Amino acid sequence: MVEEESVRVVRCGGSELNFRRAVFSADSKYIFCVSGDFVKVHSTATEECVHILQGHRNLVTGIQLNPNNHLQLYSCSFDGTVKLWDYVDGILIKTFVVGLKLHALFTLPSAEDSVFVIINKEKPDVFQLVSVKLPKSSSQEIEAKELSFVLDYINQSPKCIAFGNEGEYVAAVRDFYLSVYFFKKKTTSRFTLSSSRNKKHAKNNFTCVACHPKEDCIATGHKDGKIRLWRNFDDDKKYTYTCLHWHHDMVMDLAFSVTGTSLLSGGRESVLVEWRDATEKNKEFLPRLGATIEHISVSPAGDLFCTSHSDNKIIVIHRNLEASAVIQGLVKDSNIFTGLMVDPRTKALVLNGKPGHLQFYSLQHDKQLYNLDIIQQEYINDYGLIQIELTKAAFGCYGNWLATVEQRQEKETELELQMKLWMYNKKTQGFVLNTKVNMPHEDHITALCFCNAEKFENPTLVTSSKDGHFKVWILTDDSDIYKKAVGWTCDFVGSYHKYQATNCCFSEDGSLLAVSFEEIVTIWDSETWELKCTFCQRAGKIRHLCFGRLTCSKYLLGATENGILCCWNLLSCALFVFKPSEPRPLYIQKNISREEVQWGVFVPRDVPESFTSEAYQWLNRSQFYFLTKSQSLLTFSTKSPEEKLTPTSKQLLAEESLPTTPFYFILGKHREQQDEKINEAFESELVQLPLTENIPAISELLHTPAHVLPSASFLCSKFVSSLLLSKETKSGEEIPEDVDMEEGKESDDSDEENDFTEKIQDTNNTDLGEDLLHQLSKSEEKELRKFRKVDYSWITVL
Amino acid sequence: MGEFKVHRVRFFNYVPSGIRCVAYNNQSNRLAVSRTDGTVEIYNLSANYFQEKFFPGHESRATEALCWAKGQRLFSGGLNGEIIEYDLQALNIKYAMDAFGGPIWSMAVSPCGSQLLVGCEDGSVKLFQITPDKIQFERNFDRQKRSAVHKMLVDRQYMGVSKRKCIIWGVAFLSDGTVISVDSAGKVQFWDSATGTLVKNHLIANADVQSIAVSDQEDSFVVGTAEGTVFHFQLVSVTSNSSEKQWVRTKPFQHHTHDVRAVAHSPTALISGGTDTHLVIRPLMEKVEVKNYDAALRKITFPHRRLISCSKKRHLLLFQFAHHLELWRLGSTVATGKNGDTLPLSKDADHLLHLKTKGPENIICSCISPCGSWIAYSTTSRFFLYRLNYEHDNISLQRVSKMPAFLRSALQILFSEDSTKLFVASNQGSLHIIRLLEGSFKHLHTFQPQSGTVESMCLLAISPDGNWLAASGTSAGVHVYNIKHLKLHCTVPAYNFPVTALAIAPNTNNLVIAHSDQQVFEYSIPDKQYTEWSRTIQKQGFHYLWLQRDTPITHISFHPKRPMHILLHDAYMFCIIDKSLPLPNDKTLLYNPLPPTNESDVIRRRTAHAFKISKIYKPLLFMDLLDERTLVAVERPLDDIIAQLPPPIKKKKFGT
Repeated sequence: MVEEESVRVVRCGGSELNFRRAVFSADSKYIFCVSGDFVKVHSTATEECVHILQGHRNLVTGIQLNPNNHLQLYSCSFDGTVKLWDYVDGILIKTFVVGLKLHALFTLPSAEDSVFVIINKEKPDVFQLVSVKLPKSSSQEIEAKELSFVLDYINQSPKCIAFGNEGEYVAAVRDFYLSVYFFKKKTTSRFTLSSSRNKKHAKNNFTCVACHPKEDCIATGHKDGKIRLWRNFDDDKKYTYTCLHWHHDMVMDLAFSVTGTSLLSGGRESVLVEWRDATEKNKEFLPRLGATIEHISVSPAGDLFCTSHSDNKIIVIHRNLEASAVIQGLVKDSNIFTGLMVDPRTKALVLNGKPGHLQFYSLQHDKQLYNLDIIQQEYINDYGLIQIELTKAAFGCYGNWLATVEQRQEKETELELQMKLWMYNKKTQGFVLNTKVNMPHEDHITALCFCNAEKFENPTLVTSSKDGHFKVWILTDDSDIYKKAVGWTCDFVGSYHKYQATNCCFSEDGSLLAVSFEEIVTIWDSETWELKCTFCQRAGKIRHLCFGRLTCSKYLLGATENGILCCWNLLSCALFVFKPSEPRPLYIQKNISREEVQWGVFVPRDVPESFTSEAYQWLNRSQFYFLTKSQSLLTFSTKSPEEKLTPTSKQLLAEESLPTTPFYFILGKHREQQDEKINEAFESELVQLPLTENIPAISELLHTPAHVLPSASFLCSKFVSSLLLSKETKSGEEIPEDVDMEEGKESDDSDEENDFTEKIQDTNNTDLGEDLLHQLSKSEEKELRKFRKVDYSWITVL
Repeated sequence: MGEFKVHRVRFFNYVPSGIRCVAYNNQSNRLAVSRTDGTVEIYNLSANYFQEKFFPGHESRATEALCWAKGQRLFSGGLNGEIIEYDLQALNIKYAMDAFGGPIWSMAVSPCGSQLLVGCEDGSVKLFQITPDKIQFERNFDRQKRSAVHKMLVDRQYMGVSKRKCIIWGVAFLSDGTVISVDSAGKVQFWDSATGTLVKNHLIANADVQSIAVSDQEDSFVVGTAEGTVFHFQLVSVTSNSSEKQWVRTKPFQHHTHDVRAVAHSPTALISGGTDTHLVIRPLMEKVEVKNYDAALRKITFPHRRLISCSKKRHLLLFQFAHHLELWRLGSTVATGKNGDTLPLSKDADHLLHLKTKGPENIICSCISPCGSWIAYSTTSRFFLYRLNYEHDNISLQRVSKMPAFLRSALQILFSEDSTKLFVASNQGSLHIIRLLEGSFKHLHTFQPQSGTVESMCLLAISPDGNWLAASGTSAGVHVYNIKHLKLHCTVPAYNFPVTALAIAPNTNNLVIAHSDQQVFEYSIPDKQYTEWSRTIQKQGFHYLWLQRDTPITHISFHPKRPMHILLHDAYMFCIIDKSLPLPNDKTLLYNPLPPTNESDVIRRRTAHAFKISKIYKPLLFMDLLDERTLVAVERPLDDIIAQLPPPIKKKKFGT
C-alpha cells in the first residue's frame, strides 16, 4: 500500500490564511483564501472547507476571480505560475508558466486576456507591476512570457496597488508617495507627502490603497492612522485630498463597498470601521474582532465583507456589520511557551493560541477545534505593556486534568505566578477550572509533570521551579456542607542543596520521580518521597528528563544544554553518555528547514502506517510534527502531497452535483451493488467486473467541467471501450511485510520533551483498517492475501 | 555685534481683541478685518499682508457685518444699528447712518456692487442704493417674526431651511441655484432653491458652524466652526471623463483654538479669524503659481504698529491699550555676569501710572517724550497732553488744557529728542509742530498736505539734532521737512510697498526706511539721494531668507557710538546691520548663531556678514537701545494671551 518513497518534509496545514486578501465568489457562497501552497475554498454559510486547490509548488501569493468567467479562479505563486481553477469542482484547468517569482495578482474585466502580477527582476527590493498576456491554447500548461511593464519601484504588498474606474488607472503607494498610472494617457502622476522628521509628519507613510468603484477617488491608508481620500488626481496641480482620522495606529487595509457609498478600514485596534459617504462624522464600528485586521475584502454581490486577522482567522461579516462566520486556522501570533502537546482525548495538537489562550488544533482537518481561555482577563493590545503569559501546560490522567502556569514579570523582583488546574467535564466536553494556586513557587516554574501511571488512583502533579524546590500536588477532597468538591493541595516540598530544579519526570509505572537540579539528577520514591539516589555527571545543566518505556523502563534519559544525551541505567546506576550524532541514530534528515526548529511532538496516528525499511520504522506508529521559528508547522511524510489528503470530499461533491441523467442511474446502480460485492468478495473468490468509478475515462468525463471537455465524438469511443471488460487486471501493489512492532524508544533520538507514544497494541497486522480482519486466523489471512494479489486495487478507492 | 544688557520685559499685558468679520476685496486685493472692540483694520495682501490702515474702535459700535462695495468702498453695520462708511484715504469715518431696524446682524452687497442689503434685529431686510457719496434707503422687505440672521447674498427669499432650535449662521446662494447653509448643529447643507429640498448634508463638527465664504468662481468654499477648525469644500468632477460634479469636503485646517467667527475666500487663499485673535491666511497650493514664500501660511496676531514708547533718560515704558495707558519704570540690577546669564533684579519694575481715557473711543496712538516728562495720546475726537513731575518716588500728573481746535485727532505723535517739540500727524494729512514749554505749549507751524492729496501720514521720524522730520503715508513716498526753515526739503521716491518703519540716523542724517517687502533703504537727507551702501545692497539684493520673513519691521534705531550699525526688529527677530561688513549672498548662512568664543578669529571673520540676527526674544513687540550698553525688549508670549481668552470648546483628545 505504501510505496517506499523517501521521507520528505512537508507542510501539514496550519498555514497562514491571512497572507493575502480573501476573495468571494460572485454569488457570495464561497470564500477563497490562500493557505500555504494551497488555495482553500470555504463555504461562507457553514465555514466548512469545501475544496483545497492543490498544485502550486510554493507559497500562493495571489488569488482573483476570472473576470470573464466567475466560476473560475486565477491564482499565482512564488513558483512562477499562474493557475486557472474551476473552484466548483476543485479542478485545475490551466497552468500559465511565467517563470518569475510572482508576488501578487490582479485581474481586470477590461483586460480580457491578460492579468497583472508583481515581480522583481533585478534588485531584491525593487518590484514591478507587469501585465502578463495569457495565450489562448488548449494545452494544460502554457508558457506565458509576454510581459509588458506598467509601473516600477512599487511596494511588493498587493495592498499597495489598486485599479480604479474599471481599469482606467492604477494607483500604487510606497513610502511617502502615491503614483497613479493612466492606461489611456500612458502617464504617471506622482503625489508626495511630507516626510520630514518632525513629529507631525514622521508617520505619513502610505500603507495601503483602494479605489472607489464609481468615482475618481483614491483612498490611502497611512501609518499614523489617517485615511486620505484623493480626488482630482488627473491634474498634477489641482489634486486635493480629505483626511479621515479615527485609527490611532497604522491603517492595515482599506476597501470600498461595491457601490462605493462606504469605505471600510481596519487596523491594530481590531475594529472594523465603516465610513459612510466618506464623511468623518458618519461612521459605524464593528468592535472586538479579537486581533489586528490584516485584510479586508468585499464580496462582488455586496452582501458580505470579510476581514483577515493576524491570529490566522477570517471573519465573514454581513453588510449590516454582523459577524456571521469565523474560519480559524492555527493561531500563530504569540510565542509558543508551552511547546507542542497532544491532547490525549482528541489527539489534537495543543499549544499557545491567542494571548492567554490554549488552542486545540486538529491536525487531520487543519482547523482549530477549541480555544480555552486560561488567563480569563481582557487582553489590551498595546506596545510596551507587559502581559500575563501562559508559560506551561501539561495534561494528566488521560486528559482528565490540565495544569497551566501563567506568569507576568514587570520588574526583576516582581514576579506574578499563578497555577491553574482544570478538570475535564464530560457533560460540557470542556475543561473547567478546578483549583487556582497563587504563587505556587517563589520563582519561575521550569516543569510540570503529571503521574500517569494507572495504579495511582490519586492524581499527582509535580512542579519544579528555579527557587530550588519541587512540589508535589495531590488531589484531595474539598467537600463542604454545600457541595462535594475536589481540589489540589501541596503534599510535599523537596529540594536538593539549593540547586535550581530544572525538570522533573515520572517513571512509566509512577513509582519513581526524577528531578534534575542543574547538573544533578535525583531519583525519589513516589510513595514516601524519599531521595533514592542521585546521579551527578558534570556534563552540563540538564534540560530534559525522560524515563524509558516498556522494556526500556529501566533507563532514564537526560538531555543537557550542551547537546549531550545521558542515559542512566536505574538498576545498575550505570551511565551511558552519547552525543546524538555518535551512536547510530535511527534517522537523520538534514536540511529540514531553513529556520531553527523550536518544538517538536510525536502525534499518534489514527491508522498506523507500515514502513518496512528500518530507517522509517519510527514513523510507523506516530507522526513527528515540528514548529519552526517562523511558526510554520511541518512534518515528515513519504506520500506525495496530492495523495496526502483524502480525496473523498472532492468525490462526494462531484457526485452530489451530478444531475439525474442516464449516467446518474448507471452510477447509482453500481453503487448499490458495490456494498454487496464487497461482502461477496470476501466470501467467495469471484472475479468481479470493474466498477465504473475505477475506470479513468469515466471519472475524467464526470469530473471535468463541460466547457473544457473535448468533443463528444472523441469521447464516445473511449467511453464505450472503457465499459468493455478488460482481460488483464491490475496487479496489486506490493504487499507490505509484517512489521515487527518492537520499537521501544522511538522518541529518544529527539532532544525535545516529546514522549507521547502509545502503548503497544497487541495486533501486528495493521495494513488494513478493517476490524473484521483482526479476528482472522493466520491461514485465512494467507488466503486473503492471495486474493488480494488477484484483484484488490479497487478496494483502496473506497 | 557687541554685548548688551537686555531688559526683558514681559509685563505688557496686551490682549488683542477677537476678530468678528473679515471681508475680502478682489479688485484691490485688500482685506478688511473688524474686531470685537469695533476696530477695523485693512490688510494689503499684495504688500506682504501688511496692515496698512486701521480705524480705531468705539465701545458702543460693535461691528457685526462688514462688506466692500463697488469702487472699493467699505461699509460696516453694528449693534448700534448704524451703517458706517469708512474713508480709506483720510482714515476716518465718512458717515454713519441709522438703518432704523435695531442692531444690524448681517450685510451683503449685490453682485454688481451697487446695492446694499442689511438684515436687522427686528427681522426686516433693508435695501439701500449706493450713491457716489452716500447710501440711500430704497425699500424694506417684509418682516419676519424671528430676527434675520441669514446672510442673503442675492436678493431672493429663501424658506424652510431652519429647523427648530437650530440656528442657521450663514447661507450662500450660488449662481446655479444651490443654496449652502451652515448651522449650529454642525452641518453644512446643500439645498436646491427651485424645489426647496435638501440635496446633501455634511456633518462636520460637533459644535456650531459659524461662517461660510464662497470663492468668486464658485468652485470652492470655506466654512469655520466653533471648534476652531476651518473646512475647505471643493467642487470636483466625479470621474475624469464626465461632466458631473459634486461638492466634496477636502481639507480641514486647525489653526485656531477658539471659534472661527469669520472666513473669507480670496482667489488664492483661505482667510479665517476668530475669538482667538489670530488672522490666518492659508494659501491654496493648487492656486499658487510658484512655490515661493507667498505659499506659506500666515498667522497675524499683533498689530503692525507700535504700541510702546520709551523714555530713554528715565528708563520708562509707556504701554498703549485700547482704553488706557500704563507707565512702567524698568527694574535695575547691580549684578554682572557672563554672556547669557540672567541677572537678579535689585529693584523690581514699577507700575507708575494707569491713565484711563475718557469716553467710549479707543486710543489711536500715544507717546512719551525722551525726557519722560510729557505724555501725549489721541482718540478719534480728542487729543490729550500731560505733564509729568517727578519728586523722588512720587509722580504728579498734570493735564495740559486748552488744546487748540485743530489738534482733535492724531494718527501719530512724536517728541523731539530734546523733548522741546511735539510733532503730530493729524488725519487730514497735515503735520503740526508744537513747541513745549514748562507747563504750556505754543503752536509753531503746520505743514499742509500736498495739494490734491488727502492721504494721512502715519509714520514720523525726527533726526536727533532736531533739524529734519520725515513723514510717510500709506502709499506715497516719504516726505522730509526742514524744521529750521519750516519747509519741505525733499521727497524720497515712492516705492511699490508701504513703509513699515522710519528712522533718521544721528550725525549723518541718513534716513533708513523699511518696507513691507522687507527691503531696507538708506537715504541721505543732506545729499537728497540714496547712500552708497543702499545702492550696493539694492544691486546685490537681500538674502532670500531675509525676504521671506513674514512680519514687518516695526522699529529702527541707531547706536550712538557705532555709526555703522542699524538696529531693527520685527516680531520674531532682532537684527543689527553692520554696514562695514560684507553683505551675505544666498549661499551664506543668514541666521548665524553667535560663534562660540573659542573658535578662531579667522573663521569668525570669514563667516561674518552684515546681518547679525538674534531670535532669542519672540514675539517681540518693541526693542530699543536705552544707552550704549543696554537694550530693552518687550515680549508678549502667545500662551499668556491664550490664557486670558475665554476657554475654548472642550474637545476630547485621544490618549488623554
